[in-house]
Amino acid sequence: MADALQIHVNGQVRDCPSGWTVGDLLRELDITSERVAVELNLEIVDRKDFELRGLRQGDRLEILSFIGGGLD
Amino acid sequence: MYDDRLVIAGREFKSRLWVGTGKYKDFEETRKAIEVSGADVVTVAVRRVNITDRSRENLLDFIDPKKYTILPNTAGCYTVEDALRYARLARAAGVSDLIKLEVLGDEKTLFPDTAGLIEAAKILIKEGFIVLPYTNDDPIVAKKLVDVGCPAVMPLAAPIGSGLGIRNPYNLKIIMETVKVPIIVDAGVGTASDAALAMEYGADAVLMNTAIAGAQDPIAMAEAMKYAVNAGRLAYKAGRIPRKLYATASSPIEGML
Repeated sequence: MADALQIHVNGQVRDCPSGWTVGDLLRELDITSERVAVELNLEIVDRKDFELRGLRQGDRLEILSFIGGGLD
Repeated sequence: MYDDRLVIAGREFKSRLWVGTGKYKDFEETRKAIEVSGADVVTVAVRRVNITDRSRENLLDFIDPKKYTILPNTAGCYTVEDALRYARLARAAGVSDLIKLEVLGDEKTLFPDTAGLIEAAKILIKEGFIVLPYTNDDPIVAKKLVDVGCPAVMPLAAPIGSGLGIRNPYNLKIIMETVKVPIIVDAGVGTASDAALAMEYGADAVLMNTAIAGAQDPIAMAEAMKYAVNAGRLAYKAGRIPRKLYATASSPIEGML
């Protein structure tokens, strides 16, 4: 892993190769991109931009999806 | 009965019982309860994906979004900013502009922060969301929510998860007379008669989670709620007799000895 970047994913620090996109990260995490929302440095990344948006050192990502919930 | 469809913001719903997906034992129980309830709208929450254990099953493997209208909520949000953030994330994760907007005021009661609710609703509607607000049983707030563009309002029957039933039927009735949009009674239902009563009062639908998921037999309660909502709706449409203090004989006096 040459030129690894350090990023934050759902509050955890992890390394990823430089040049990776949001889409690469989702594949690495085995996450179906159709079912998640991705927030990068507090801005939502449009699903069609997952393969375009490259990751940068220190990026903070939040990956969210629907879970069981009613009210609370 | 079957032509009696609920229409909100141009969307048609077959069922007047809407259900949450929280607090079930597992996804299979969730799936079965929802199927038995006949509901076609199910609420979901938006949370972080578990990135360390990807083996966990996904709710949407059990609740087919093609079959059900998925209604994401902003549960757990106590500020306008948080509610906006979660609503936007829900839209990005899903397929529609529908959002069940919750801005909570207090952890103990989970009562809505109605000032924050109106403010958040206004902003989200400008952004093109279809906002269904979880609100207090307050007719003035209900009217304000409609004025800012909410196509329905969701007043509570009682605190979330309390099972106390309709605490203030008179306020609910005033809300129904005050606003001309569908009223979905949301939260506080404990058992079937509570749901039937809400519908008899003239509610357009009832949303519940704990009353079904927390019952000793959630599947049986889901079925009970289906009947209760249908019975209450039919009784409302049929028009009940007036209450009177004294008796009125059902059998004729004529022909008696």
